[in-house]
This record gives sequence, C-alpha cells and structure tokens, in this order.
Amino acid sequence: MQGYNFAYLDERTKRMIRRAVLKAVAIPGHQIPFGSREMPLPFGWGTGGLQVTAAVLGPEDVLKVIDQGADDTTNAVSLRRFFALTAGVATTTHTRDATVIQTRHRIPETALREDQIIVYQVPQPEPLSKLEPSRAETRQMHALAEYGLMHVKLYEDITRFGQVSISYDYPVMVNGRYLMAPSPIPAFDNPKMDMMPALQLFGAGREKRIYAVPPYTRVRSLDFEDHPFRLTRAPHACTLCGATDSYLDEVVTDDRGGRMFVCSDTDYCEERRAAAEAAA
Amino acid sequence: MSAEADTLLAARGLGHGFGAIRALVDVGLDLWPGEVLAVVGESGSGKTTLLNVLSGRMQPESGVVWYRDPAGALHDVYQMSRPALRALHRSDWGFVHQNPRDNLRMRVSAGGNVGERLMAQGARNYASIRAEAIDWLTQVEIDADRVDDMPHTFSGGMLQRLQIARTLVTKPRLVFMDEPTGGLDVSVQARLLDLIRTLVARLHIAVVLVTHDLSVSRLLADRIVVMQRGRVVETGLTDQVLDDPQHPYTQLLVSSVLQA
Amino acid sequence: MAYVAVKGGERAIDHAHAWLAERRRGDTAVPELGVAQIEQQLGRAVDRVMGEGALYDRELAAVAVKQAQGDLIEAAFLVRAYRTTLPRFAFSRPIDSDALRVQRRISAVFKDLPGGQILGPTYDYTHRLIDFSLAGGESAPPPAARAEADATQAPSVQAILRHEGLIEQDAPGDGEPGDLTREPLHFPADRDVRLQALARGDEGFLLALGYSTQRGWGSNHPFVGEIRMGDVGLEIEPPELGFAIDIGDVTVTECQMVNQFKGSKTQPPQFTRGYGLAFGHAERKAMAMALVDRAMRAEELGEQVGAPAQNIEFVLYHCDNIEATGFVEHLKLPHYVDFQSELETIRRMRAQAERHGADSGEFAEAAE
Repeated sequence: MQGYNFAYLDERTKRMIRRAVLKAVAIPGHQIPFGSREMPLPFGWGTGGLQVTAAVLGPEDVLKVIDQGADDTTNAVSLRRFFALTAGVATTTHTRDATVIQTRHRIPETALREDQIIVYQVPQPEPLSKLEPSRAETRQMHALAEYGLMHVKLYEDITRFGQVSISYDYPVMVNGRYLMAPSPIPAFDNPKMDMMPALQLFGAGREKRIYAVPPYTRVRSLDFEDHPFRLTRAPHACTLCGATDSYLDEVVTDDRGGRMFVCSDTDYCEERRAAAEAAA
Repeated sequence: MSAEADTLLAARGLGHGFGAIRALVDVGLDLWPGEVLAVVGESGSGKTTLLNVLSGRMQPESGVVWYRDPAGALHDVYQMSRPALRALHRSDWGFVHQNPRDNLRMRVSAGGNVGERLMAQGARNYASIRAEAIDWLTQVEIDADRVDDMPHTFSGGMLQRLQIARTLVTKPRLVFMDEPTGGLDVSVQARLLDLIRTLVARLHIAVVLVTHDLSVSRLLADRIVVMQRGRVVETGLTDQVLDDPQHPYTQLLVSSVLQA
Repeated sequence: MAYVAVKGGERAIDHAHAWLAERRRGDTAVPELGVAQIEQQLGRAVDRVMGEGALYDRELAAVAVKQAQGDLIEAAFLVRAYRTTLPRFAFSRPIDSDALRVQRRISAVFKDLPGGQILGPTYDYTHRLIDFSLAGGESAPPPAARAEADATQAPSVQAILRHEGLIEQDAPGDGEPGDLTREPLHFPADRDVRLQALARGDEGFLLALGYSTQRGWGSNHPFVGEIRMGDVGLEIEPPELGFAIDIGDVTVTECQMVNQFKGSKTQPPQFTRGYGLAFGHAERKAMAMALVDRAMRAEELGEQVGAPAQNIEFVLYHCDNIEATGFVEHLKLPHYVDFQSELETIRRMRAQAERHGADSGEFAEAAE
C-alpha cells in the first residue's frame, strides 16, 4: 500500500495509543480515554481493537482475527485483510501459532500463553451504562468505587427471575478494584479471564476508551454468595468433534425445528477433529 | 471558635448569599447525639439553605461546619475529601427529602431500594439483604409482601416511609430531614410523624429537621431554632420557645398558628 | 443433510465488492460522472461532505460523493478516514469574518444596516416548482447582472449591538482551545469543544434539535442577527518567519443568533448569542448549529435545563453521524454467539419455571 505507514497509523498516533495502553495496564480494569482516530472501517465494527492491534503489532508478529469464534466470518476476514494489506504480517487461523489475537465476542477455547496478546473489540466500555446513561456520573462512580447500583441490578434479577439474567458482557471486578465490561463475550468465557497468562487489551474506538487486564490478574464475575456465578452453555456435545466443554453455536438445519450444535471456536474444533483422525 | 465537647454536629458563623440576597447571616448551632433539632421559619427564611450547608451539599461563603465521627474525632465537613463525604452520606448520615421520588429508584423494587446501601457497603448475601430489607419495611409499617413491588405502585405516604427505611438501613447517627411530611394528607402525616418519633427515639438518631409547620416541630423536636431572613432569632427547648416566645417574630409565628 | 462448516467469507466479500463497483458505475451507456461536474453542479453536497468530513478539500469531497454513489454520510466517512492519514503542520489564525468577501449577507433584526442586505445566490425566495427544463440536458442560464464590488466594510451586527452594550461580548479566550480531533471528549465540555463537535455534527440531527428549541423544548427567542456567506482568507504564522502569511481562501457560512436577554441584580440585561459556522454554503447547518449552541449554554446562563437540546452529553454524544451510523449499522454484524447465550438463559429459566409449576401448581416464586 503506497504512502501508508506500517499498520496504517502514523507513528505519533501509535505512540499515543501505546501510552494509553501502558496507563491501562498500570491500572487494571480502569478505562483510559484516548484520541481514537477515524479508521477505514466504521465505528462499531472494531476500530478500537484495530487501533490497539495496530499500535502493538510488529513485523515479526503472527496475527489471528476471529469474530464469533470463527476465522471465516465476514468481518474477521475484512479485518485480517486490512492488516495483511497495511502491515504485511503473517496471519494464521491457529490459536497456538498466533502472537496477537484480535477477537470479537469470544475468547478462544485453547488456553493462551504468556507470549500472546489478546485484543478485544468493545462496543460499550462502560459497565454501568445501562443503569446510568451519564458518563460524567459513571466516572464519579468508578473513582469512588461506588458500585452498589450494579449489585442492585443483580438483586433485581434474582428477585424477578430467580437468577441473574445477564448472559453476555457480564460485569467483572478486576484486581478487586474496578468494575469492568468484558465486552460481549458470553458469560461462559468469563472464567478464562481470571489469572490469564496472556495480556488482555480492550479497545473501544467509538467510545474512545482503552483498558487492560495484565497477565495473572484476578478477574471475578459479580455475584452473591448464595447465588454464585455459573456458566451457561448448551447442554450438548459438538456434532463435529464431540467436545462437551466448548461453547456451541446452534445451527438450524431444517424448517421443522431441526437443530445441531457445533463448536463456535472453529480452530479448536478443527484441531480436535484432526487429532481424532490422526489417532484413528 | 470551637465545638463543645460531645456535640455531634456544630456550625459557627455560617454566611451565604445568592446575588444580593443574604440567605444565611452569622448562623451557628449545636446538635447532640440522639436529639431532634427543628429549624423553623417561613419560606425565604434560609432554613433550606441551612440544611444544605449543614449536610455538606452546599459550601457556605463563610463559616464552618464540624462533624464528630463514631471514633470521636472532629472533622471540618468542607475540608473532607469528596470520597469521604460521599461515603459518609451512604453510612453515618442520611437525608430524607420532601419528595421521596428524589431519593428512591422508581424502577427498582422496594427491597432493592432498601438493600442498596447495604450492597454499596459490601453486603453480598442475597437472602440476608432481602431479609434485612423486609425487616426494615416492617419497621416502617409497610407490608412485607410489598418487598418485591415497584415504588410506582405505592401511595405517597408509603413512598415516604420507603425512603425512610432506605435511609435508616445503615443505622446512621445523623439524619437531615427536609419537610418530611410536606405534601401528604393530614391523617397520613400524623401516622408518619408518629413513626419518625418512635424510630428516632428507639435508634437514638440525631435529626436536623426543617419545617414551616410548628406543630410538626412540637411533636418531634427537643430543641428548636427559629429563622427569619437568614438569621437565627430565637433558639431553645421546643416547648419553652413555643409556649413562651421571646422574639417578636417567633410570637408572630406562634400566634398565627393559634388563629389558623 | 450433512453439515459443512460455513466457509467462503473471503469469496463472498470479493463478489460483493465487484457487484458494488458495477452498481456504482451504473449503465455504461450513460456517460460517467466527472468529479468536476460534481464539484461544480452538486456544490451543496460537496459542502456538506466537507463539513461533516471535517476537511476542506472540494475535489476530494467530490470524489467521495462519487465513490459513495451520493450517500453523503458514507462520503463524509471516506473524507474523515482520509483525514486521519494527513500530517498536521500548523494551526491557522482565527478567520476574520468581518473581512469576509460577502456573497450573501442578511440580518433579520434590522431593516437596513451598513453594508446592506445582500441576498446572494439563495433558494429562499424560489418557488419550489420542479424545473423540467433541467431534465433536458444543456441549460446555460443567462449571465446574472453584475455590480461593482462594494469596498465599504459591512460591520457585523454584533459590533452594532455591542456599541450600546446590548449584547454579550465574546468570551475571553482562556488558553488553548481543546482539540476534538486529537483528544477524546470529556465532561464538562467547554464551549470551544462543543462548537467543534457541532461544526462536524450531522445536519439532520442538529436541524431537528434546533427545531425543537423553537417549539418550546428549551426555547430562547432567537433572532437571526446575521448570516454571512463568502470567501475568507486563511493565515498561518510559521515560527521561522515570525509573521503571518496568507495560504488561501475558504468559503464559509456564518450565523450569529441573537437570543433572549440575560441579566441579574448586579448586571444589566444583555442579549445572549448562539454561533454557527460551516464550510461552504451551508446555511441550514449554520443556523441549526447556532440554535443548539445557545441551547447548550442554558446551564451556564442559569436557565432551567431539561430539554434534549440543552442536555450537553446527549447532544455531543449523538451528533457525529459517522459514529452514529457505525454503531447503528454494526447491528448487522453477526451477534449469534450472544444470542445463543440469551437462548440458553431463557430456556433454562423457562425449564425452571415449568419444574416449579409442576411441583407446586403455581408460577415460580422469586427465589430466596
């Protein structure tokens, strides 16, 4: 690509983003405002993740991009192409081989390592936004650790439904101090964030916030002692690879209610199938 | 200038204005643990401004407000850090608004409203929180069955009692009340006043109560402060002041009640 | 049916782009649209794209309009994305709108005033009857009458009202203005940042908000003090030179609204102001901007705040149509993983309710 810097952003912008990332890592779970730029992809389509990835990517990195757990969904394809074009880095669909993983709405099933960075695309960085629309007010609440309102929401859920009804973007306490929105990953993925060896970075381009969970940080999903957080997944095995511990996509197979369930993480599923074939 | 020993709240030399209007002129008072102090006067007397200044919600142009914490240490309210003041408002202090809707979450159940301050302080057991909320609802004479109901299904009197439950749940030692019975039916008022009197006495809560209604102060207050155009014109034990007013303005207030 | 994992995203995208390119060109028997034609004959579209794209470059904006098939928000997005890549090397001095070479200048508050009322090339008094001669093809209107350029300066209406002290002064500058293109918005947002946000804000959104203020949602009795449209010089002061140099002209539209007077016991009453500025000839935008600017000053001016146009957070967070369209349209992206979580949660709750119903014959109680 003529006339564009490595990974599209100019060095000064990358420096600004990296500074924000460093601040974020220093204060786990705290939202750092940053001068988010207009990117060639629309706001809301991953520009925050894009900017963070562009700022941390180096020529030696191997990049994986997933959306809904799959490498081949259209937006993942579009983002991967963007980096192939503007950075010329190697790309992969294998979680094990990647050094940087940009993701929308899922954490890979394969456990991540210390030498990896996972970048989450975040639509709404403010965990309190549905309860308190004013950002000026939520800023105060975070500064003063006034999180009673979020627990009230959980209390109300239990009162009305007998359980917490939040199924994705389930709020977490990071390092025992900041309430954080983990991005719309299913609640099923929340435990993976706790004490993860990899660095977790979160970019919200439209809302202009970056936050981070450093490696080996405590991340706890909010709950009550007598109504502890629990995982939600379809009670089936993957039709293709037989996994019973991975998050499943429900596929409609006919118009008579026919259903099948397959691993959302396409790489994980393929790896398991390949291993089964090799063993056979 | 200093606070007397053992006072819970003390103010000296408070002065404040809005443009050319002087709302407070050299106002001072003391409040002891467990006592109810009524601040009375007509509208424009400065009593609401005084309440806001005393409760840390409005910094006065001059003067000082001291507060003694549970450990016995004295603090200048307007030198406290913002987080400390906000924490105080959620624990050792309470504020009952004239309009309960100002202090309730209308889209949260009664139980959630009462339990919020507990949850803000770290309570994490749903069953205990709910049980305590039910206990408080009972204490303010709201049927325990209503614990899961939304406030918009409550009458005005019930909303006020819900606000009181929500305020008292953290067992504050000091509660500020702004015309707590204003806007309610006379019979509802009587019942509410009775409730407040009982709770305050039983829980040994100190109260600064702003009202324009002398009968309310007669019923609830141990001592009374009479304000006129920003100044304290008379202060003393409630019965003494109301039965034998010394200042002409107090006499006017008392006599107009008799005539009404 | 044997399930084959969904693949082919790359191919699908390539085909989609190819079709799009065809659709954009349209029927090849029809002559291709020239960028110069767009720049010259769809000038208002170009102005809007420059304004909302926040970049003054008529030719670039015209290309964007062509590339976007006339979708002006898409075109503004193209311009904004391009803008990100441009190096910034200077700040201009504030433009001197008093020195603007007037093409159009009107005031609703005075019948006549120095400099006169100049209508300029306006649609205002046209009758909205479709001119079918334009469907024909060649139309060369007869040249409009010309007059000598009037050398006398047209003093601003602000200056006229200020002589008697009737209108509030420009606020004193308090240091560097904020820069929305570099720093994220944070609250409280001062007027400099608010005006920047409005200047690049969506015309439709601001029009609706401005309209709402006229209908009572935060009204403040506006009058058009002055609208000016014309070319104005842009100057920078390079540190190496130590003096200002002219680097070219831009066409701008400026609107000064004169609003409800304000006074207090210590200050005699004065008219208050709302300000709007837009690239090119964009009057509707400049006027709407001025109305909303004034509405957002409600709190600062001690007025009752309650209407949407007065809610600074609401206005500033939602006026950028590139952010807005991105997020609204992102709903098209796959959300099936989250939807799956919702399905599982709702299935579990319904199963529980059924079990309780089977046990006790009544609907599930709230759990203790």
